[in-house]
Amino acid sequence: MEGTTVLGRLSWQVAEVVDIVDETPRVKTIAFDVRGWHGHRAGQHVDVRLTAADGYQAQRSYSIASPPDGTSVELTVERLDDGEVSPYLTDELRPGDQIELRGPIGGYFVWEPSQGGPLLLVAGGSGVAPLMAMLRLRAGAGSNADARLLFSSRSWEDVIYRDELERLEGDGLRIVHTLTRSQPDGWTGYARRVDADMLAEVGPGPAERPRVYVCGPTLFVEAAAEALVQLGHDPQTVRTERFGPTGG
Amino acid sequence: MDALMLDGNAIAGMLQEVFAVEMTMAMGTCGNCGAAEPMGATHVFKGAGVVMRCPHCDTVLAKVVRSDTRLWLSFPGMRALEVSP
Repeated sequence: MEGTTVLGRLSWQVAEVVDIVDETPRVKTIAFDVRGWHGHRAGQHVDVRLTAADGYQAQRSYSIASPPDGTSVELTVERLDDGEVSPYLTDELRPGDQIELRGPIGGYFVWEPSQGGPLLLVAGGSGVAPLMAMLRLRAGAGSNADARLLFSSRSWEDVIYRDELERLEGDGLRIVHTLTRSQPDGWTGYARRVDADMLAEVGPGPAERPRVYVCGPTLFVEAAAEALVQLGHDPQTVRTERFGPTGG
Repeated sequence: MDALMLDGNAIAGMLQEVFAVEMTMAMGTCGNCGAAEPMGATHVFKGAGVVMRCPHCDTVLAKVVRSDTRLWLSFPGMRALEVSP
């Protein structure tokens, strides 16, 4: 039955757009109000379903970027020019519009403040969304667990949540950017793809047994996870979430 | 390296439809190499159906094919699946 929850069974729920924020030229965050939302955990995702007038349906998964408080579910969506779902979400949706979603889903790629740190978060592009839920939860819970975010973006203009990340920094959180395609004048940070040397410099090292979360396009995740294991991190502590060539 | 490869997180919603519990933390044991991994860590390939492979030895753990009204599951290479109800 639509809108009811039986055990752990998922049901499609109506979600109403309440706010849309431009994050970068290609990325928007869409906040939904979901009646009867029972909350979620940082790192979980939802499935979004769009139905055309002729009944054709398309479905994609999006990580929840908002921390687990209240009824708001925020999805950060990158517009893919040849995408089936993302251009609709980023270009067509307006406050008051309704879509269908189900969730929250997942338990593997999840962090709870009670698990503590150190935390090493590695994000490629919009893969930062579930990691942002963790950082927002960490800040909201008053946790000062040692946390590092290594965030790979194409350019400074493409850095999602740029201002908020700057505000969150401190209290045990360090944010390191790498800009892979173009860098602003005077840029002194990393300007290459994530590699083992970079991960070793950002730390924490394997001896500190950090919980590691890596999210992004598949090839990004594979390269980062391989480098982490090469550095000596226990593969069991490296949790990964891949979203394909360029994402949903 | 396959840029289209996903992982068990990508099909968590579909698995939960069938098993009615959160499935990314369910432990699957590979029938070939014996490694036990959470479903979230398996390698997933989507085509006409979904193929889940062992992240250690690439054995096909499970296949899922769906139509509008039905879902077919097979477990050619999974020795055990441990679920928390």
